[in-house]
Amino acid sequence: MSFNARTIRLGSCMALGLVLAVLPFLVNNYWTDVCVSIGLYALLALSLNVILGQAGIFHMGHAAFYAVGAYTTAILNTMFQWPIFWTMPLAGCAAGLVALVVARPIIHLRGDYLLIVTIGIVEIVRIALVNDIFGITGGSNGIFGISRPTVAGFRIVKSFHFYYLVWGMCGLSLLLFHFLWNSRVGRALNYIKADDIAAEGCGVDVSHYKLMAFVLGAFWAGMAGTLYSAKMLTIAPASFNFMESVIIFAVVILSGGSQLGVLVSAFLFIGLPELMRGLTESRMLFFGLAMMLMMVWRPQGLLPPLPRVYTKARAVLDRMAAHDSDAKPSTTQEKTL
Amino acid sequence: MSLLEVCDITKIFGGLVALNEVDFTVEKGSVVGLIGPNGAGKTTVFNCITGNYVPESGDILFRGKSIRGKKPHKVVELGIARTFQAIRLFGKLSVLENVLAGRHCRLKSGLLSSLFHTPAQRREEEAAVERCLEELHFVGLDRVWQEEAGSLAYGSQRLLEIARALASDPELLILDEPAGGMNDQETASLVDVIAAIRERGTTVLLIEHDMRLVMKICEKLVVLEHGNVIAKGDPETVKTNPDVIEAYLGTDDGDDEEY
Ligand SMILES: Nc1ncnc2c1ncn2[C@@H]1O[C@H](COP(=O)(O)OP(=O)(O)O)[C@@H](O)[C@H]1O
Ligand SMILES: [Mg+2]
Repeated sequence: MSFNARTIRLGSCMALGLVLAVLPFLVNNYWTDVCVSIGLYALLALSLNVILGQAGIFHMGHAAFYAVGAYTTAILNTMFQWPIFWTMPLAGCAAGLVALVVARPIIHLRGDYLLIVTIGIVEIVRIALVNDIFGITGGSNGIFGISRPTVAGFRIVKSFHFYYLVWGMCGLSLLLFHFLWNSRVGRALNYIKADDIAAEGCGVDVSHYKLMAFVLGAFWAGMAGTLYSAKMLTIAPASFNFMESVIIFAVVILSGGSQLGVLVSAFLFIGLPELMRGLTESRMLFFGLAMMLMMVWRPQGLLPPLPRVYTKARAVLDRMAAHDSDAKPSTTQEKTL
Repeated sequence: MSLLEVCDITKIFGGLVALNEVDFTVEKGSVVGLIGPNGAGKTTVFNCITGNYVPESGDILFRGKSIRGKKPHKVVELGIARTFQAIRLFGKLSVLENVLAGRHCRLKSGLLSSLFHTPAQRREEEAAVERCLEELHFVGLDRVWQEEAGSLAYGSQRLLEIARALASDPELLILDEPAGGMNDQETASLVDVIAAIRERGTTVLLIEHDMRLVMKICEKLVVLEHGNVIAKGDPETVKTNPDVIEAYLGTDDGDDEEY
């Protein structure tokens, strides 16, 4: 049963990967661009999933860190002529640093309170950008003239270049976050989500791990910001408003918390409204309705993570059983309740 | 020097004096019982030891060093692990992963080695899984390692909490009503487990209502009533103490295990 579910998931992952690998050859530029946009949302949602899906921290301000990353790249590139990719680690660090500073005093807050404060973060960042803070953000017009990124002399210009860049980054994130999920750190986040008092009582430093998830997610959102700047060439505060945060948040909630779920959910949220372009006015209605249906029909989300696999456990148990039957042949079976 | 010294701690909730200069010690290698009627303040004593509450006055020394005001996870790291009166397992996670939670504080892999899945991280994981399966085997739950913790029978859940606590290599294990809700057969195997824990050299402090159990496994008892220690000493002496008979055994004939 669970073996089957696992096989199906793995199969779907590979099928999705295959489709994504050849997609730009099958569709026109317009749809390639849509998929770039979906990829950026997927990247943001994957990073928010660490915070919201894994650690259960109700953070609705992810667009703020996206903005910090995008502006870091834009400023370094237009004012100091840094190559785009060089700015990427710095964009991540800037976003992570902002996250660390703002989250430290609030991270202990419980769900609903934290939600409200994180909404505040987006607004503060947006207003700071609009007011041309330090005179380097360009006010509400934003920054233009960002240059094209180059990799080893190759200029990334066309839609399908960006497509592979963004989805390559998604693939890498998927892998790293999968490793993270399968580790002591990933488990710690899950313990905290399930019951923070029990987690602390077992020896997990709850505020440390919450902060870690928050800063890591923000770092990733910052790097996504770099890609956004490179793609758009022009950025403005309006692109990082509260609605963006809500969409990223909704993608993660809808996903159920698995990474495959996040990808599917990003396609549904960003792709479907594009398919129904005539209805763009009623996009909000679509969101609302989809969320309501989900709550009723599948409250756990599209694809919750399957249980982790501990491949070595079986061998250890066999060894223990063998050892037992050597030592005291008659009592091994009686202990189990 | 005693392993744990609770020195005159007072804890006040609002106007209620939950603990009034509570004072007792736990010697290394012993099994000590903390008993008393409901609402006497037993769980509050535990919460003060584990850092969930900070007493208004008094001090708590573990291996001679004060642990008063330390955060709960720090206390676990120092070597005191606990179970909860109302079971607090991670119900949706597997039995093994619950025990791995207890092992967490003894593992070193950080964010980067986890993200990049380094060989050292993998080795540590394997060792941790092995160690946790051993703890499950120790309490007799190794065969259900994959089940959801919340799906286990009540008695097994209590044993699982003990395994989780043991996985942190505690020097002192504190158990809050470990037999609560267990049937006779489950209680009997709990007695075996506690005896085995003691054989491992782990010191045990437990709260228990089941007087037969307490008399059988504890070599020292501390009796609380309304936040005051009214008696302490070996079970035989405590049992015949008139204050204790009036306060506790009098209202509960000693064999009754309703609470
Ligand atoms: N967090 C708290 N806030 C207020 N009162 C509390 C709190 N915890 C315990 N108490 C009170 O302290 C007293 C002792 O409780 P407790 O330690 O749980 O007793 P026991 O474990 O011996 O049954 C009770 O009167 C209880 O209501
Ligand atoms: Mg109690």
